[in-house]
Amino acid sequence: MSTILVIAEKEIREGLRNRWVLATTLLLATLALSLTFLGSAPTGNVGAGALDVVIVSLSSLSVFLVPLIALLISHDAVVGEMERGTMLLLLSYPVKRWQVVLGKFLGHLAILAFSTLVGYGVAAAALGLTGGDIGRESWAAFASLIGSSVLLGAVFVAIGYLVSALVGERSTAGGIAIGIWLVLVLVYDMALLGLLVVDQGRTVTGGMLNVLLLLNPTDAYRLINLGGTAGAISGMGGVADIATLAPAALLAALLAWAAIPLAAAILVFSRREL
Amino acid sequence: MTTTIELSGVSKSFGAIEAVKDVSFSLEAGEIVALVGHNGAGKTTLIKMMLGLLRPTAGAVRVLGEDPATGSAEVRTRLGYLPENVSFNPALTGTETLRFYAALKRAGRDQIPGLLDRVGLAAAANRRVRTYSKGMRQRLGLAQALLGQPKVLLLDEPTTGLDPASRRDFYRFLDELRDTGSTILLSSHALSELEGRADRVVIVGRGVKIADGTLDELRRIARLPTRIRVKLAEGEERRLDGGRDWRAVNGHMLEIDAAPEDKVELLRAAMRAEIADLDVTPPTLDELYAHFQDIEREAGR
Repeated sequence: MSTILVIAEKEIREGLRNRWVLATTLLLATLALSLTFLGSAPTGNVGAGALDVVIVSLSSLSVFLVPLIALLISHDAVVGEMERGTMLLLLSYPVKRWQVVLGKFLGHLAILAFSTLVGYGVAAAALGLTGGDIGRESWAAFASLIGSSVLLGAVFVAIGYLVSALVGERSTAGGIAIGIWLVLVLVYDMALLGLLVVDQGRTVTGGMLNVLLLLNPTDAYRLINLGGTAGAISGMGGVADIATLAPAALLAALLAWAAIPLAAAILVFSRREL
Repeated sequence: MTTTIELSGVSKSFGAIEAVKDVSFSLEAGEIVALVGHNGAGKTTLIKMMLGLLRPTAGAVRVLGEDPATGSAEVRTRLGYLPENVSFNPALTGTETLRFYAALKRAGRDQIPGLLDRVGLAAAANRRVRTYSKGMRQRLGLAQALLGQPKVLLLDEPTTGLDPASRRDFYRFLDELRDTGSTILLSSHALSELEGRADRVVIVGRGVKIADGTLDELRRIARLPTRIRVKLAEGEERRLDGGRDWRAVNGHMLEIDAAPEDKVELLRAAMRAEIADLDVTPPTLDELYAHFQDIEREAGR
């Protein structure tokens, strides 16, 4: 256990030193703050609670941004260290390879969690201070937004490691990571939407849609955040009604999406010779 | 003598390429052994197998009594390794880097200032590795290899990037370590600097062990000639007796390659003449190396 923590601590220290932590926190805070104050202008005082509006806009933003940040910090983790030669030295120490991967995972996850918590927390705190009337339910939804965003980050960190363990060059890992991001964040949903439009409900049943949505971690994330009260004011509300997925199933899907690539990354890395 | 590293019949191939072929040797506690060979001879592959980073395709490797690839990680706490091109995260300082590696090896932090001082990095300890020169990085690499007083040190081309002064310090350092009973294996292709520093030399070429022994033993086996060069005094005839064919070199110098058993006789012959200067050059390590390489090449044909 201590070996994993030592590696995690080093990863965090490096993140702080090369300003990754600072950059991602500032980016998320800036975007969250601008969404909070610019986004609340059009709603005026009608209907939806102020924090609910922020949750909808923040989760739509996180779906793009969090996977991108996660892949950026993770795609380099294995192949980059091999290329720089630091992995060779690290593995000559009394360290098992799964400990290396898990240690890095913990460290990267801590960086992501910190950035999300601080970045989004700043926006919520600002909203509370400027005197919005925020119900307890909205706070719960906000907490779930932060939690699920970190989990979404974990999914893409794990996917990034798998790519990193598989390829022989850093640049290849970068290219594949961007491809995965494009497919899971943009292409998949467009294709799914096209399918639903063309199909007109003839063959794609609610059950099938459920499966199709769980097959993409970003959709599971969207449904977690846009399915509840906040969902009523988002475009996803309609889909969320048809797709009858319990929050527990969505959570399980995200956890599986993090655990399976991580396990695969460990397996691939363990078999690799250097 | 206790054997710390033992290789028996070790082979390693990467696809169709046989990087190491049936190599056997063992290393004892308290000796400095040089693993010598040209680039691509299989030195690094051998070291990686001793570290358990590569598994041999055939044969067995034992390090401190265990198989490094499958045995307990404990063995590695008593192992120090300096890779050929050592690199560190440039964002961390020298001290931070060593603290990280010390924690992995479960070695005390208190030895870090001493180690940094010993490799001459005390003044740069709190500077980021980014600002280090190549020689400084190499010395930081040496410091990390020495964490936790290793019983076995594997150094892959340790003196590349070191200036002559730090090179001398480095070898003095190795002598001290050897005297505490550590086994030190260093790979090199700069043979000339190993003279008088390595207790034993293992020569590898194209993945095969070519020779193994002390430098004197190898010289005896190789029977390489000693070169004697004489500068004759002014007016002396350009001829020396002894019935041998001395070669004339630019005007008033004579030269001969003497087999070990003729050496003394030839020197006597030279002393009988009026000479201004005398040079005796024993076969260098490089010649020795070339000799064993040639033998190997002929055998391979």
